[in-house]
Amino acid sequence: MSATPDTVTTPTFQLDGEEIPFQPGQTIIQAALAAGKYIPHLCFHPEFKPHGSCKLCLVKISGRPAASCTTVAQAGLSVESEIPEVQDKRRTLVQMLLVEGNHFCPSCEKSGNCMLQALGYELGVMSPHFPQIFPVRPVDASHKEILLDFNRCILCELCVRASNEVDQKNVFALAGRGISKHLIVNSESGRLADTNFSATDKAAQVCPVGVILPKRVGFAIPIGKRKFDLKPISDPGASAGCAEHAEGGA
Amino acid sequence: MDRKLKVATTSLAGCFGCHMSFLDIDERLLDLIQLIEFDRSPLTDIKHCGPCDLGIIEGGVCNAENVHVLREFRRNCKILIALGACAINGGLPAQRNQLDLRDILEEVYQTEPGLTHGGIPNDPELPLPLNKVHPIHEVVKIDYFLPGCPPPADAIWKFLTDLLAGRTPHLGHGLLHYD
Ligand code: SF4
Ligand code: SF4
Ligand code: FES
Repeated sequence: MSATPDTVTTPTFQLDGEEIPFQPGQTIIQAALAAGKYIPHLCFHPEFKPHGSCKLCLVKISGRPAASCTTVAQAGLSVESEIPEVQDKRRTLVQMLLVEGNHFCPSCEKSGNCMLQALGYELGVMSPHFPQIFPVRPVDASHKEILLDFNRCILCELCVRASNEVDQKNVFALAGRGISKHLIVNSESGRLADTNFSATDKAAQVCPVGVILPKRVGFAIPIGKRKFDLKPISDPGASAGCAEHAEGGA
Repeated sequence: MDRKLKVATTSLAGCFGCHMSFLDIDERLLDLIQLIEFDRSPLTDIKHCGPCDLGIIEGGVCNAENVHVLREFRRNCKILIALGACAINGGLPAQRNQLDLRDILEEVYQTEPGLTHGGIPNDPELPLPLNKVHPIHEVVKIDYFLPGCPPPADAIWKFLTDLLAGRTPHLGHGLLHYD
């Protein structure tokens, strides 16, 4: 079968019954978002290599579960995303993330701009379901421009990746294992002030939740008027081209 | 509906904000009162809960009395609703959970300059504080959860009217808020 250039058609796969075109090499979530179809995600960011850790982007491909941010699209695949079985699992993942940290949204500067919270709204998460762990995680307010509130970290490593790959500063890392895994700052004192971190770093812009917060601007836009207060995270206006990542900060 | 549904409400470790938001349904209270009557509630001053169709709980559990009240509600109410952030995940009162209870009491009542140094209160009338503040679903089974700090009046109205009409309550974007 030799195709001449004008008979070559863009390959497609099916997402919830809809044909999604893709470029060879694109992952399922990349092709879906480019086609204006939202698939939930937290650790995926269009500017970074897939991480595959949060599993919010779970889909079923020909009946088998897979992370759509790490699975390369292939012609003819049948992908299911918005089916009750998958949505239920995503809901459980959000609940587990909520009880693992200390997520007191009313006092969080990120509220309304937070991807975890917006996914809770999107999936209709009404309760934490699980017992709260209430971990003890002191904040780091040492830096002049940035507050670190570790209580809300979901370990997506976007700041780690951004600081390494873009800023070339290697300010953040994950330490520990299993339930005691946590974000650390790479300085001898462990304090952010003792690194060369700056508020203009890429790593200061990518946190999907309320950990890395610019100081003194937190409530410039009042609660109730923020991005996901106005539009659900699945809205093409909020997610096409991943606008939810574009603005960063609080 | 041949008889009015009996509804009880209470505030445990909360700030009464959820009750205030409930009252913010304003004139719709007049429609609601056609369908329900209040049993134990800060709105009636009835001290103990009788058999009820619906119990609405604001606030988490921060002391021994909260546990008793919550259990009284569970024994008497067919359906229990957790109303607001504190009932659902501990909310503001649970912000003390990262601290040691004894340290908090000593700082507030003994060592903090400028505060009266009368010692840590130990009147037997006072309910004993728990080491940690807990969401109510960690103590009794909860049937429905209505998030928000407080949940907006429109969300409370939608939730209750869905429930009274026999539908599964559904809030959707704009009414479901955690803040
Ligand atoms: S990070 Fe998000 S979910 Fe967590 S407290 Fe802040 S707004 Fe709420
Ligand atoms: S601080 Fe934010 S970006 Fe960094 S790992 Fe935690 S959640 Fe991810
Ligand atoms: S977005 Fe795919 S695993 Fe996190």
